Amino acid sequence: MREVAIIGAGETKYGEHWEKSLRDLAVEAGLKALEDAGIYAEDIQALFGGNMSAGSFVRQDHVGALIADFTGLAETQIPAFRVEAACASSAAALHAGYLAVASGMYDIVLVGGVEKMTDLPGEMVTDILAGAADREWEVFFGATFPALGAMMARRYMHEFGLTIEQLSLLPVIAHKHGAMNPDAHFQREITLEQVLNAPMVADPLTLMHCSPVSDGGAAVVLAPAEIAKKYTDSPIKIAASTVANDYISLHSRPSLVESPSTTIAGKKAYKMAKKEPKDIDLVEIHDAFSIIALEGLEDLGFAKKGEGIKLAEEGQLYYDGDLPYNVSGGLKAKGHPVGATGVGQVVEIVKHLRNEAGKRQVPDARVGLAHNVGGTMTTSVIHILEVM
Amino acid sequence: MVVPRFWRERRYRYNLIGTRCPECGTVYFPPRNVCPKCGRKSVGKMEEFQLSGKGKIYSYTIVHQNVLGFKYQRPYVMAIIETPEGPKVTGQIVDVEPEEVHIGMPVKAVFRRIAEDGKAGIIQYGYKFVPDWEEIEKIARP
Repeated sequence: MREVAIIGAGETKYGEHWEKSLRDLAVEAGLKALEDAGIYAEDIQALFGGNMSAGSFVRQDHVGALIADFTGLAETQIPAFRVEAACASSAAALHAGYLAVASGMYDIVLVGGVEKMTDLPGEMVTDILAGAADREWEVFFGATFPALGAMMARRYMHEFGLTIEQLSLLPVIAHKHGAMNPDAHFQREITLEQVLNAPMVADPLTLMHCSPVSDGGAAVVLAPAEIAKKYTDSPIKIAASTVANDYISLHSRPSLVESPSTTIAGKKAYKMAKKEPKDIDLVEIHDAFSIIALEGLEDLGFAKKGEGIKLAEEGQLYYDGDLPYNVSGGLKAKGHPVGATGVGQVVEIVKHLRNEAGKRQVPDARVGLAHNVGGTMTTSVIHILEVM
Repeated sequence: MVVPRFWRERRYRYNLIGTRCPECGTVYFPPRNVCPKCGRKSVGKMEEFQLSGKGKIYSYTIVHQNVLGFKYQRPYVMAIIETPEGPKVTGQIVDVEPEEVHIGMPVKAVFRRIAEDGKAGIIQYGYKFVPDWEEIEKIARP
């Protein structure tokens, strides 16, 4: 297996892009990544695109071929794949792209992610997103995706005495960072009171514990590490790329307060990258709901089980703290175009490792970790990136 | 929802029938063809298993933003129920004020209308859970 590097990265602004279609968003992100790598579309040998549900959101399938076509690759006849793992679709696509380069099969691979969510009314979006859970044995009975997140939160509060005020610190931190990201969906700070007093979605989670419905695209260009410096002075090594799965339904798991898929993908990633949690300079953690981020921080070894919220209370999670967390704004403030989110997290870390993150730059960042989750922590994908 | 999709699940949904692995004795609901603990040894051997319908609330939420088909039930209580047979089951809690629901509350399954596809669509039935007052009284007066 060869070492793999990211030689280019790009993304669209996340938000409500009424003027842009699925393909517009994907092509914009892809072309930005190609431009950043200083290569032409015809240099690409394969494309892997993450997308959760274009078939339901905009009634478009065959997304791999569509995006390859409109990125200008139709006459190169390259292989193009759409990878789906619910909200972890594009991180899973990155894993596939990573394997494609590491194996020696392809040299230059474009990996992207895209979702166009705002064409539909809210109730339908809620219904489509619930497809990340078990449609027949959870959703059929009325469980929404936030309802499942809320049951995780309620159980965690019951087992560890966490209060809703404590949990609400996480969205406050995310929005503080989002306010510094010109590409974020929500670029404004929020207060603890605003989180607590927001409309209830699924008790105890208010709207402000839940990530928004966003449109967006993100992309990176991969190359073998040994030739990466031909393309850029600052290639970023993919030190680890791991995926793990669990029971799809929350009710099938022994515990609602920890995620075996995150724990196992994390352990494998640390081993692969020869790193420990203390070596990580910044993290992008999947905060579709604040409770998922809290459990994720613990399961990745940044805090003991039941004590993760101390990281927030002690101020460690701010961009200038000991464990800069969701400096992009996270899914909560940067936005959550579900199929784009995983690669978007990686694009953010690349910016920091190249010292190009502007106002929110994490000082001296050399190693970053991205944690992207599909379903109720059913699928976990971890990437550890490192300066070369 | 199309009729066959609903129809093929209804026996298990109407009667809370799961499966049991004869190798390790673990009971599963919903039914599974393969035991995740015993793998190949369980293939072709899984036995149907009838749940009692009794259980306790393991976690719950009050849903304010619904999936399709549940608009007129809002706000409604969803819960994960821990059964004495082993499996946990997701379902609504009804016939009780949402603020009275709590973790550990004894409940039992009842047969109810779940949702409907508009005015002309099929009506979907299945289990919901109601407070098990007999068990609740036993806890209150041991």
